[in-house]
Amino acid sequence: MVPLSWYLILGAALFCIGLYGALSRRNAVAILMAVELMLNAVNINLVAFWRYITPELVTGQMFTIFVIAVAAAEAAVGLALVIAIYRSRDTVNVEDIDLMKL
Amino acid sequence: MTQAIFIILGVLTLGCALMVVTSRNLFRSAIFLAFSFVGVAGVYLVLQAEFLAGIQILVYVGAIVTLIIFAIMLTRDMGDPTLRTSNMQWRISALIALAIFVVLVIVVTRVAWPAAPAFSSEGEIIATLGAQMVSPDYVLPFEVVSVLLLVALVGSIIIAREREQ
Repeated sequence: MVPLSWYLILGAALFCIGLYGALSRRNAVAILMAVELMLNAVNINLVAFWRYITPELVTGQMFTIFVIAVAAAEAAVGLALVIAIYRSRDTVNVEDIDLMKL
Repeated sequence: MTQAIFIILGVLTLGCALMVVTSRNLFRSAIFLAFSFVGVAGVYLVLQAEFLAGIQILVYVGAIVTLIIFAIMLTRDMGDPTLRTSNMQWRISALIALAIFVVLVIVVTRVAWPAAPAFSSEGEIIATLGAQMVSPDYVLPFEVVSVLLLVALVGSIIIAREREQ
């Protein structure tokens, strides 16, 4: 059987890869992809804790389902925003989208 | 045996995730993202969460990656391979991500975690999940999520549609 810490390390690694992507990419779609990776890392942790600590309750799985639903909504709205920005400013480079920056 | 499967799935997930954040071609990033999600679905299967594995494939690989590929196609401005894909702060970002990873690994390895209790899912977990969805504990979040999805659907159509004036 795989120890719980392996799952947690996998989740931590996936989260940090996503964090690096979200901080370092210039394209807005690439940043959204990195955010999806981070959400998946959280889901791995939730499911691993469900299996190892409280398999008789389904709370961990319920929470994961809600995270997936919110992630789907976030992706839809985020990509709509990206398309709207591309239409009005002709770029999806987040360094050029500084309309609200003082 | 389970450990070998877990290691293969972990390497697949992390390798594809690394390609997602480093690939110069955004379209390739999206394809690697799909494989990374498939790896996560495999991890759910190892954890005996079969329903979540199915949902993961359906929602992430089926819907979100498709949506992302659509967005890349509609906003493509990376035909130029000499274009920089990472910003000026990528070094410090990598440093921060690495530092957080090291801290998390130290924390995780210092705790004596309990071993997995014996558990056979045999399909009744899906029935439990379905019953819990409409139980007094979860029915309110369940309904709120359905409203959230509807609002997100309408909102993205409004945001992304062509303005006619």
